[in-house]
Amino acid sequence: MSEKQYMTIDGIPVEINGEKNILELCQKIGVKMPTFCYHSDLSIYGACRMCMVENKWGGIEAACSTPPRAGMEIKTNTERLRRYRKNILELLLANHCRDCTVCENNQKCKLQDLAMRFNIEGVRFPNRAKSTKNDDTSSVCIVRDAGKCILCGDCVRVCNEIQNVGAIDFAHRGSKMVISTAFGKPLAESPCVGCGQCAAVCPTGAIVVKNNIKCVWEAISNPNVRTSVQIAPAVRVAIGKELKCQDGENVMGKIVAALRRMGFDEIYDTTLSADLTVMEETAEFIERLENGGKLPLITSCCPGWIQYAEKKHPEFLENISTCRSPMQMMGSLVKDQNKDKEQKMFHVAIMPCTAKKFEASRPEFMKDGEPDVDAVITTQELILMIKESGLVFDELEPEAVDMPFGTVSGAGVIFGVTGGVTEAVLRRVSESKSRASLLQAANAGQRGMEGIKEFYLPYGDRQLHIAVVSGLGNAERVLLRASAGEHFDFIEIMACPGGCVNGGGQPYFSNAKEARSKGLYEADRMLSIRRSQENPVVNSVYKKIIKDRAHELLHVHYTAKKDD
Amino acid sequence: MSSSFDFTVVDQVLSANNNSSQYIIAILQDIQEHYRYLPREIVPYLSEKLGMSEAKIYSIATFYENFSFEPKGKYVIKVCDGTACHVRHSTPVLEALWKELGLSKEKHTTDDLMFTVETVSCLGACGLAPTMMVNEQVYAAMTPEKVLAVLEELRGRG
Repeated sequence: MSEKQYMTIDGIPVEINGEKNILELCQKIGVKMPTFCYHSDLSIYGACRMCMVENKWGGIEAACSTPPRAGMEIKTNTERLRRYRKNILELLLANHCRDCTVCENNQKCKLQDLAMRFNIEGVRFPNRAKSTKNDDTSSVCIVRDAGKCILCGDCVRVCNEIQNVGAIDFAHRGSKMVISTAFGKPLAESPCVGCGQCAAVCPTGAIVVKNNIKCVWEAISNPNVRTSVQIAPAVRVAIGKELKCQDGENVMGKIVAALRRMGFDEIYDTTLSADLTVMEETAEFIERLENGGKLPLITSCCPGWIQYAEKKHPEFLENISTCRSPMQMMGSLVKDQNKDKEQKMFHVAIMPCTAKKFEASRPEFMKDGEPDVDAVITTQELILMIKESGLVFDELEPEAVDMPFGTVSGAGVIFGVTGGVTEAVLRRVSESKSRASLLQAANAGQRGMEGIKEFYLPYGDRQLHIAVVSGLGNAERVLLRASAGEHFDFIEIMACPGGCVNGGGQPYFSNAKEARSKGLYEADRMLSIRRSQENPVVNSVYKKIIKDRAHELLHVHYTAKKDD
Repeated sequence: MSSSFDFTVVDQVLSANNNSSQYIIAILQDIQEHYRYLPREIVPYLSEKLGMSEAKIYSIATFYENFSFEPKGKYVIKVCDGTACHVRHSTPVLEALWKELGLSKEKHTTDDLMFTVETVSCLGACGLAPTMMVNEQVYAAMTPEKVLAVLEELRGRG
């Protein structure tokens, strides 16, 4: 048995227990080290030099990239370190567009935060930053501004390491270094899939979600336009913290109340169209299983994944379910309901996702030049709109969504977390094949935050190989195995690690995905209807609205894009 | 655009380097040695062959001063502007070249792709200052007059 090992931080002995770096040990004794480039999910980069610590010989080391050793003695807050940190901040601020009051990231910015924490009273160096936010407007999902970039490399690492997309990297060097696509091409022409994870990890306003609030307010104010809105499952558990509720708390009722007060005419829950997705996708899965169709069936809800498949794996497009995403199903139903009415309908979707902005603009989802979903705003933008409205969110009385898309099932709610689509499908399949209970469906192996979850399920006389994947880097790993000949029957892919709860459009906090997924499973448990097929509204929508038009309203075929 | 580019040379370079992304710098050097610059078409091609993002290859190629995506002339003239050469009047040498060839600080290569003029920080031959290199050959103790004679000779060679 090995003896316990200790090191000393600020005079306090701390046990070393397999921590990878001193930074983690500092947290153990309640010291929050200043960092820009450190993210526990990403590789260690050691670029920002904010987490420097002083050893007993007066040497300084970066806490994030120094492994702890027994007997080490370090200090985290000395006169010298404070001076260094202030210097670094001043130099960063000299290269930073300091128009904080009109910055999207105002009050969410780590640079602003640390400048306040270290009491920066002035910057001695001339400001050389130039805003580039109008240089590349090609992406409908995100906006980049090199004038606010501190070159911490977080975006590069999340894009490469977690998402395997590789749209951006460092280019040039020294004072000319920038984050760039290959040859500085517009983002829309790069491999970018619009997942927005770069915006989520960016400590400043250098990468932000494209803001579409203006057109939504205009539609609400326009007396000749009717406005409807749909709210995605993952939004209800992520909006709270910034509006004085808990992160992970289900505040759907309050969101509905807020939207009604803001002036929306019709308010729906995307969960209902998620129920429709379950019905259609399960039917498609069983059809493929029974009739020797193309397997694995891969889910189609996630627009980041769809773009990834189009750009990197067109050979798998045939495997992707033909179901439209729940957002687009709801969009086409709402627009269909309104098609003979005189007043124009403006349909807004509130999503945890930046890639949904791209999905809504796809030609596949236009009818006569008009999109099914006119505007997509993210959870972050919804928070801004609620704040702008002056509504005291935490005091709002909860309200319910409107008919004819009113009642939802628990199966639809859990679409917002990795494994949710799979579980919803299992709840549907299990009924048609055996007496397996909901509990069995819950414990099949699809829950949890691991990036790749795999399990086998009996179906008739065969064993179905099912994989649940989140994060595109993990998707790549599973697809490579499938390409190499390994058999899968069903693969759920969500681009963002943890699923939509951790989407690029959500407010960003570390470890938020656990609380939010817990919130969604709680919401699921509190619903009396937990299977999509038992939802009476699903049946009435099929009978009264969809009739024999399921293909026209609920399905889509993505085709490989040709290289130019 | 890329369909008309002949990748035979790139393929040879790749197989000489084990088709491995580990050797990306060597691969870029070999390609540049052949074309005297890095044709843009190679980036998507290498990306696919090496399983490396285009942005990463662009990142590496722009980090090193030695790599260039701009076509270079048949004769690459590197004028040393290190301390020793500078104090021994390398600037008039450079200016004479610019003037004669119609080049400037911004424009490095003649339109007929014969000459490229660059500055370097030291050729390691300070005793011969001011120096310059034409491709692999070093020229010592340059003056504006000598430079014009060198150009004359190179033009004669074609």
